[in-house]
Amino acid sequence: MSTAVAAHPDAPTSGVTNAKLGIWLFLASEVMLFGTLFTTYLVLRMGAASWPRGWDVLNVPMGMVNTFVLITSSVTILLAYVKASEKNKSGFQLYMGLTILLSFAFLVIKGFEYGAHFAHGEFPSTSIFNAVYFTMTGLHGFHVICGIIVNSGLLYLSGEDFEHPLFAGRVEGAGLYWHFVDIVWIFLFPALYLL
Amino acid sequence: MNTHDEHHGGHHELTFWEKYVFSVDHKVIGLQYLITSFIFLLIGFSLMMLMRWQLAFPGHPIPLIGGLLSSSLAPNGVMTGEFYNQLGAMHGTIMVFLGIVPLAVGAFGNYIMPLQIGAPDMAFPRLNMMSYWLYLPGGLMMLSSFIMPGGPAQSGWTSYAPLAIINPGQTVWLLSMVVIITSSLLGAINFLVTGLNMRAPGLSLDRLPIFVWAQLVTSVLLLLAFPPLEAAAVLQLADRVMGTSFYLPSGLIILGQPLKASGGGQPLLWQHLFWFLAHPEVYVLVLPPMGIVSEIIASGTRKPLHGYKTMVGSMISLGIMSFIVWAHHMFLSGMSPMLGNFFLVTTMIISVPSVAILTCMIFSLKGGSIRFTVPMMFALAFLPLFGIGGLTGLPLGLTTTDIYLHDTYYVIGHFHYVVVTGSIIALFAGTYYWFPKWYGRKMDETLGKIHFWGTVICMNGIFFPMFIQGMAGQNRRYFDPTAAHHNIPTQPLHIVSSVFAWLLFLFQLPFIYNFFKSMWHGEISEENPWQATTLEWACPSPPPHGNFAKTPRVYRGPYEYSLPGHKTDWFPQNEEAKA
Repeated sequence: MSTAVAAHPDAPTSGVTNAKLGIWLFLASEVMLFGTLFTTYLVLRMGAASWPRGWDVLNVPMGMVNTFVLITSSVTILLAYVKASEKNKSGFQLYMGLTILLSFAFLVIKGFEYGAHFAHGEFPSTSIFNAVYFTMTGLHGFHVICGIIVNSGLLYLSGEDFEHPLFAGRVEGAGLYWHFVDIVWIFLFPALYLL
Repeated sequence: MNTHDEHHGGHHELTFWEKYVFSVDHKVIGLQYLITSFIFLLIGFSLMMLMRWQLAFPGHPIPLIGGLLSSSLAPNGVMTGEFYNQLGAMHGTIMVFLGIVPLAVGAFGNYIMPLQIGAPDMAFPRLNMMSYWLYLPGGLMMLSSFIMPGGPAQSGWTSYAPLAIINPGQTVWLLSMVVIITSSLLGAINFLVTGLNMRAPGLSLDRLPIFVWAQLVTSVLLLLAFPPLEAAAVLQLADRVMGTSFYLPSGLIILGQPLKASGGGQPLLWQHLFWFLAHPEVYVLVLPPMGIVSEIIASGTRKPLHGYKTMVGSMISLGIMSFIVWAHHMFLSGMSPMLGNFFLVTTMIISVPSVAILTCMIFSLKGGSIRFTVPMMFALAFLPLFGIGGLTGLPLGLTTTDIYLHDTYYVIGHFHYVVVTGSIIALFAGTYYWFPKWYGRKMDETLGKIHFWGTVICMNGIFFPMFIQGMAGQNRRYFDPTAAHHNIPTQPLHIVSSVFAWLLFLFQLPFIYNFFKSMWHGEISEENPWQATTLEWACPSPPPHGNFAKTPRVYRGPYEYSLPGHKTDWFPQNEEAKA
């Protein structure tokens, strides 16, 4: 049934599939988004008369645990992709499920951190450091939530669509995004907690 | 296979909603963008016509509609300062973000680019639909601020902090901007993937029409320059809603009261982030129109474009350079003068590729047998008028002359020569040029010529006096120019500008009438009415779903006109050469 119309999109001129190219371009724009936030942080910090040490005001052990949680989730989503390419359905579901669990773990730990700040009367409006901290981690948290939605969607679709020829490609795209979210945290953690 | 059917739903009968409202066809989406953005342009222009009354006759009641405005905006029909500021902010925002960009990229790019590369549709049709359905609600949200308590934003389209954080109306502006920016980002990704991945066989990058190149460079700018504004808008939103102080310095006193905020922020940071978007944005406004003009000049002169490679190279270098010139908008903002020197140099450098493109276009006319069709007349008018816009920018890019000219009417004159007599003229040219593609009918020539002469003369009548006013030292943004004594001698020029602005509106009526009349009753156009070479003319007009019956094959560059020995004076890209 492959008509001339349908055959065309399957043969990308650049050799990279549309979805993959699209994800990479999207990540480029995300780099600019977070790059702007990091630049803002830098500019505000350099212009400030005083700036608190991250470890004095933030909970470094919790941040550290969260870093490991996210790094582990990057490994599990990679394994999910491997299983998807090997057409191993239960393996895919196991690792994707683990990834989603770890993402929730990250949010819960982050929630405890936020809760402790709020309990001490520290809000975004309290100081410019808090403004930077809550906005950057908040936007990162928003990206984590988006990742959970995408990954849960794939887990749900795998019930029926697992044999679809593009399925592994979709997992790869979600994986690229998830790695990006992970990398942002790997920059955020030292920038906010350790400097 | 299932996947193909969901992308190419033409096999089953589409409902009205699927076909015209939530369509995934790039052509329908392109026309949705076209109509919507023209309406936004008209709304933005109407706001300006109101402001022009205040500038020409400050303190006089607005005739006709003055009585209809609410008494808080215009008591007894006389405009208040707040209302003037609201109109100014919304005029800029609507024209740039809801008018020209969606028209140049969303409408022309969406409809024409896939055709010019021989693709059946965009790479991500549903994402394309989503772009439009974010743009329209975003735009309506922006307009809805007129009926909200506090009114719309009134801190200029640039929304400088800390003013914008204190002024009412800004929250809706920021939320709408986030929606509109998201729409642009999705569009940019889609355009780049389409342009890079969906080209017909044989259509290598050095055979791409200039218009496609312009769209690709524009998409890169949108993709990389919009996220910083999105981040900046989120921070400003946080300042307004969450009480943070990203842009609020310590010790700010407003109306004698210290502001209740933690402080520690930097007002200049907003300006840097804003212009980091907004300077590439200027090239977003200008590159697609340049692409349109190039296409029309090639087919209107019946000869290949002069310096295809120079033009492509210039467009790419414009794109790259546009990221490192932003602070020339800020020479007098209080930033370091050393930084000013850097941006002075980059600004002078970026003028080189712009001049190269314009020069190539002008050289393309030499020795051509020019056909004075309506689109060609608009394209020809673009050349000197955009030239004026570009050249008047140089004194603003040089720090010494900018000290005098900054924030005067000269700046407004310069900017509007670029985007009105430049971009909008070119977009009119494109409308007349591709109208037969969209509807299979031609627009009326006589009405088109009336529209052309009226528009070009009125536009110059509006903006040229502004150079004189600016050089006489008249500051922009003032609600009542006569309040300052040194503005009195040039006040009559405001009346000239205003009269031409209202006349400009009258001259748009033949265009609107022509557009809708030709849509249904225009002269039926042949398949290739301009005898052009590019691929969009290799399919029926309007193209059916999926565009090309058979994927075209490309054998040569885009502008093979008047090739010696060929039977016609145009040699389409997809026509096989006879051995």
